[in-house]
Amino acid sequence: MENVKELEMAELAAIEEALKAVSSHTAPTRETSHATWQEDRGMNDRVKMLRHQSETTQPYIDMERALIETETYKRYEGSLSIPELRGQVLHDYFERKTIRIEPGELIVGEKGRGPQAAPTFPELCCHTLEDMHNMNDREQVNFKVTEDDLRVQEQIIIPYWKNRAFREKIMAAQTEQWHLAFEAGIFTEFYEQRAGGHTCLGSERGVTHGFAEIKQEIQNALDAIDYLNDNQALEKRDELRGMLIAVDATTVLANRYADLAAKMAEEESDSKRAEELRQISENCRVVANERPKTYWQWIQRYWFIHLAVTSETNPWDAYTPGRLDQHLNPYYQADVAAGRLDREHALELLECLWVKFNSQPAPPKVGVTLKESGTYSDFANINTGGVTPDGKNGVNDVSYIILDCMGEMMFIQPNSNVQISRKTPRKFLKRACEVARAGWGQPAFYNTEEIIDEQLNAGKSLTDARHGGSSGCVETGCWGYEAYPLTGYFNLPKILEVTLNNGVDPRSGKMIGIETGDPRDFETFEELFDAYKKQVKYFEDVKVNGSNINTQLTAKYNPVPYMSLLTEDCIARGEDYNAGGARYNTTYLQGVGIGSITDALSSLKYNVYDKKRFTMDELLEAIDHNFEGEKYQLIRNLVSRKTPKFGNDDDYADDIMRAVFQYFHDTITGRPNMRRGEWRIDMLPTTCHIYFGEVTGASPSGRLSGEPVSDGISPERSADVNGPTAVIKSCAKMDHAATGGTLLNQKFTPSSIAGDKGIENLADLVRSYFDMDGHHIQFNIIDKETLLDAQKHPENYKDLIVRVAGFSEKWCNLGTELQNEIINRTEQSF
Amino acid sequence: MKLPAVINVQKFSVHDGHGIRTSIFFKGCLLSCWWCHNPESQSFDRELMFDPGKCTGCGLCVKACPHDAVTVGEDGHAHTSKGTCVTCGACLDWCPNECREIVGTQRYTVDELVQKALEDQQFYERSGGGVTLSGGECMVQDSDFMEELCRKLHFEGIDIAIDTCGYAPLGTYRRLLPYVDTWLYDIKMIDEEKHIKYIGRSNDVILRNLEFLAHNGASLNIRIPTIGTVNDDDESMLAVIEYLKSHVGMPPVNLLPYHTTGSSKYTRLGRPYLARDLQVPSEERMEHLKDLFLQHGFDNVQIGG
Repeated sequence: MENVKELEMAELAAIEEALKAVSSHTAPTRETSHATWQEDRGMNDRVKMLRHQSETTQPYIDMERALIETETYKRYEGSLSIPELRGQVLHDYFERKTIRIEPGELIVGEKGRGPQAAPTFPELCCHTLEDMHNMNDREQVNFKVTEDDLRVQEQIIIPYWKNRAFREKIMAAQTEQWHLAFEAGIFTEFYEQRAGGHTCLGSERGVTHGFAEIKQEIQNALDAIDYLNDNQALEKRDELRGMLIAVDATTVLANRYADLAAKMAEEESDSKRAEELRQISENCRVVANERPKTYWQWIQRYWFIHLAVTSETNPWDAYTPGRLDQHLNPYYQADVAAGRLDREHALELLECLWVKFNSQPAPPKVGVTLKESGTYSDFANINTGGVTPDGKNGVNDVSYIILDCMGEMMFIQPNSNVQISRKTPRKFLKRACEVARAGWGQPAFYNTEEIIDEQLNAGKSLTDARHGGSSGCVETGCWGYEAYPLTGYFNLPKILEVTLNNGVDPRSGKMIGIETGDPRDFETFEELFDAYKKQVKYFEDVKVNGSNINTQLTAKYNPVPYMSLLTEDCIARGEDYNAGGARYNTTYLQGVGIGSITDALSSLKYNVYDKKRFTMDELLEAIDHNFEGEKYQLIRNLVSRKTPKFGNDDDYADDIMRAVFQYFHDTITGRPNMRRGEWRIDMLPTTCHIYFGEVTGASPSGRLSGEPVSDGISPERSADVNGPTAVIKSCAKMDHAATGGTLLNQKFTPSSIAGDKGIENLADLVRSYFDMDGHHIQFNIIDKETLLDAQKHPENYKDLIVRVAGFSEKWCNLGTELQNEIINRTEQSF
Repeated sequence: MKLPAVINVQKFSVHDGHGIRTSIFFKGCLLSCWWCHNPESQSFDRELMFDPGKCTGCGLCVKACPHDAVTVGEDGHAHTSKGTCVTCGACLDWCPNECREIVGTQRYTVDELVQKALEDQQFYERSGGGVTLSGGECMVQDSDFMEELCRKLHFEGIDIAIDTCGYAPLGTYRRLLPYVDTWLYDIKMIDEEKHIKYIGRSNDVILRNLEFLAHNGASLNIRIPTIGTVNDDDESMLAVIEYLKSHVGMPPVNLLPYHTTGSSKYTRLGRPYLARDLQVPSEERMEHLKDLFLQHGFDNVQIGG
């Protein structure tokens, strides 16, 4: 590389010394409910040992990446274009990072220097020392931080990155209106903590091509740039050069592992293990440049890609393998036919991959989000089943192996789901129901036809639509062909509170919205609803304005050449994934609390305008008093128990849901998103319904101040009293095909789905919802008593996993409020 | 046509018949089985149910009652005078603890019930389910009403199961027979003396109706509530087996083990629970009885609904 800045000897020495110091610490440990590895889960001793190591290692901060990146920036910033610099960071990190092969491993490679190591990304958000203490001290998932880490952060990382971090840029770019709404909890901002991401492996290049081949393809595009006529020629050149540097990173890393495995094989006394190490070495050597030739090599190659995408930046939603079963099946069939592989070994390799996922905690967040976040799951979400790109049934032998694997491993990562299409065999659906009946929320169930419809509705070709699926929580996208970042959650119930206070947030007393009139003066429900719609539109404008700025800042400062080379048509266009290089470019806004806003509006319409049980003034007074006291008991009972609510297949409430949904949809969908694509909506909450509830006062529906708002498209808790079929009917009245994903949670008692009949009924329930075009449904199957006991005696439930939103999480990692919310979800017992 | 009182229209009902069903529970039954787990379904009248365990004695119900029927006693709980209470429900609107409930307030027309049943039609079609008419006892409700209901459900293509204790006019069975897909028919015991003791009525009407159905091509599913100390002995079951074989045939049989989950309802109704000392049959006992049926040639015998 030319024009490299010569660093001062002292500066270099400091970084070298720091690298040595931070890497010298051994990984900290933690307790799990499996005291010894023999008691741990897994098909054999190897998997049990690996799983146990992954589970008993305490997540910890790994400063290697931050230090190496800082050195790369100091050397090249200013002399390399930004895409090249980003490629160089990945390349240098993979060339210099600590690598290890754990005893018994068959798939190798970690994002950090070992299992559960969490590298930091100071170029995105630079942790303060207080953040570092918080991540070490927080009660839920915490990250061990050593004295050396703190010293390095203070002396090297913070001085360099404090004013350069991307977070500072986007916060400084926002308007006063944006900050007012953001602080009030009207919406959240995804780009504030992590980089945009949201796609999966899917293009032919990404799934099968060798890295040397890809490098040549990039070089060809570079050679084809038309400097005579193309006014974007230089930008394209820089981007493609960035890709060239980036693609070498995986080749370098794979070769390092090939060398290490070969060396370890020589030193290994156990001949069986030595043979395994030789095979690992060969696998790594092959995939360093060539196409994978076996099932095992495919998994190893994918894992290097996963590490590259999640080390390049920290994109929301770890890069998942997309249709893992369909990608692997040709290799599986060929290996089995050639006698190289049997079903048992195929399962073992998958279980080893599952351990790898589990060993990668999501990067620690910053500020309040760091302190309060209920999950550090990295949202890798594996789809199994569905259809093939040419429309055939996609369930194959590997699909069943994956179900066995997820059922045996019971990990929160990777998050596993099944896609159920009209062509899916009932046997597969029933087997998935059986795994789900173990009660931990996986697999979740997705409707293949609906996912295809959603994508056709978004203007994609039929073949591309069939390439798609759901990633992250429930977000629909066309894997390998689309960039579909989420931008933030949108608090629909809070906006009614602001409407009822004529634009003021009663929590702060600040004017955060617009003046739409005193609700006491509204003579009809329509006047009230119009005022609500005006406030919604206002806040949407503020949010979209902010996100469009962030999109442009991301394209400029945070290109991702590695993810781009995996995504069509970035190479052909010479354009970055974050700048509109993908074939399809969607931006999602996630509506939260549709159940709560429906019940609140239904209560106002029914009680104040239709039945005239009490006046607006009386209701607002009760709300101001949080319904506390004898005086408000009658109003509280009437609004809580004797008012139509969403989730009961009652058109009175459900029509209101449709009206709110339609308005939200119509005013977001189709807006330009600054990447030559459009805005669309999702209806999912992750854990945000807890935060949005905390900032929202009592609701006209009887929901008390600070209580969570409804999650996903699920009814407000305890509002649904007519069982799961009524919930499903209500939810199906939403036009799912107009969204990019919806999330429905259902909780069952174990006894209600006992026996083969229980499995049949669960399967039919899923099928019926999908007949009605539902997008997604998932189940928690657990007794309330068990959860209450787990809250009291967490020490006995270290292994308990529950479904939160589009992901599962360990019970003990959840905050009390989120635990309460899950306990209080309506339990369907029948 | 008299509109019967309905306690509940339960959707996603999966224990009374095949597939995903909607069960309609009618209020009123002429039997009074000791172990009845839905005692609120016995009387044809509206009833107040009150859960003293949830009551905090706050007295809002006293203030709310327009008939001065409620007082708070020295035990710290509300007490409602049955003679004075007209079950108007005013107290329910004020009670902060949801300890009061009035059962039997809902009365639907035939068309309203058909409409409700149609709401879940997609689930029935997917799962092979349908509607189960139950109770209380659906066969002692207004027979014009019941016939029209079954006719209209049948016309809509909805599978109909009737869950009956058998103690009802033969004419009603005759009228409904053409429309009903499955009869879930309860038999408790053959011994007449015991029958009168535990169930309050003679067995003859029940057996005669069953024979009528059997001889007229009805699809039957025999359900036997199995109660420890009452009918879980071999002798009682053998009598049932013998009777079925000689008079009915060998239809599918469900052995329903007695459970005590209904006992709290007696407290809420302010009634004594006669079955307090009856035993819950053990799992081994249930398996043994199932084997007894199998040994005698029945090929479809299940424990539970």
